Amino acid sequence: MAVTLILRDQEYQVRPGMTLRDALRKLEILSESVLATRDGEMIVDEEILHDGEVIKLIAVISGG
Amino acid sequence: MKCRKCGATAVVHMRQHHLALCKTHFLDWIVEQTQRFIEKYHMFSPQERLLVAVSGGKDSLSLWDILWRLGYQVDGLYIGLGIEGGSDYSNKSHQLCEDFARERALKLLVVDVAGVYGASIPEIAAITHRGREKPCSVCGISKRHIMNRVAREGGYDVLVTGHNLDDEAAVLFGNTMNWIPGYLVRQSPVLEADEHGFVRKVKPLCRIYEREMAAYAFLRGIEYIYEECPHVGGSTTLYYKDILNRMEMDRPGAKLNFYLTFLQAKEGGLFAPQADRGRDTLSACPTCGQPTSAPGECSFCRMVLRIKEIG
Repeated sequence: MAVTLILRDQEYQVRPGMTLRDALRKLEILSESVLATRDGEMIVDEEILHDGEVIKLIAVISGG
Repeated sequence: MKCRKCGATAVVHMRQHHLALCKTHFLDWIVEQTQRFIEKYHMFSPQERLLVAVSGGKDSLSLWDILWRLGYQVDGLYIGLGIEGGSDYSNKSHQLCEDFARERALKLLVVDVAGVYGASIPEIAAITHRGREKPCSVCGISKRHIMNRVAREGGYDVLVTGHNLDDEAAVLFGNTMNWIPGYLVRQSPVLEADEHGFVRKVKPLCRIYEREMAAYAFLRGIEYIYEECPHVGGSTTLYYKDILNRMEMDRPGAKLNFYLTFLQAKEGGLFAPQADRGRDTLSACPTCGQPTSAPGECSFCRMVLRIKEIG
């Protein structure tokens, strides 16, 4: 049982049932630095992640 | 989580504003907020001609989209820096700007640095030995020079850039860490035009979070360049942004508060007038006529002259 999060080309796995915020905290990814999408739609940090879901993270911070 | 305005599923939750919105209301909110800041800081009027500097990134293209939706007369300026770094970075970003402009029937001016001045930004940096093996210093000098020149020559009233709240907070943080009064006193949503030849320069997104701008671009379907500039590694801007985002995690609104209270303190006389000596010592560059604090040619023209000498 797992939820997959993808940031750039890196894949991460977390247990289902936690919120996106908790998942990002566990992975040490700052929620301010990413947008999260599920099936092409944006989701908020409070969303509960379910087994088998794939969450794509888009990095938002630019330095140039 | 529900949209505060209509009760539909929220797609953006802005903790700093205690506000969650659906796609439709978020997109409207960003446009309304931008217009609010344009008016609050007296940035420009609908009668004035605007030139927005676009890089192909999410902020500048989103800003152009917002200004277009608000009905302003706004053309775009893309500066071809000649940065490739193995990822065809400049060509990709140029193409994205062209596609964006064409889809909206907007006018895009293009200045190719190598074509006009004889060398790309990385080449200029290498030849002039400026910037300790990174072209960032040359890039900044060149962009500021070219933006002002094109705006003046094209008769534009205002130069508009897509700096967002995170950019402003990071710059403020760096200037405060290093106590650079000249930079601090000149950091503002608006830099007025003056007799030396600077065109008015404004930042309508200065109070909008970077994450909100990314959300805007995503939800509007704006194609922008996701790759970072290949020279961004080790950037102090990114380092400061990371620090500020960690603070924001624990204290939502920290970045916005930092920036707004700085503006208020400045307005209330935080800096003595002598902190900003920069504009008192400006003169016209004998080569390009643009303002410079250096004796003789401005920094940009000195670089270009060096390129010509090398041949």
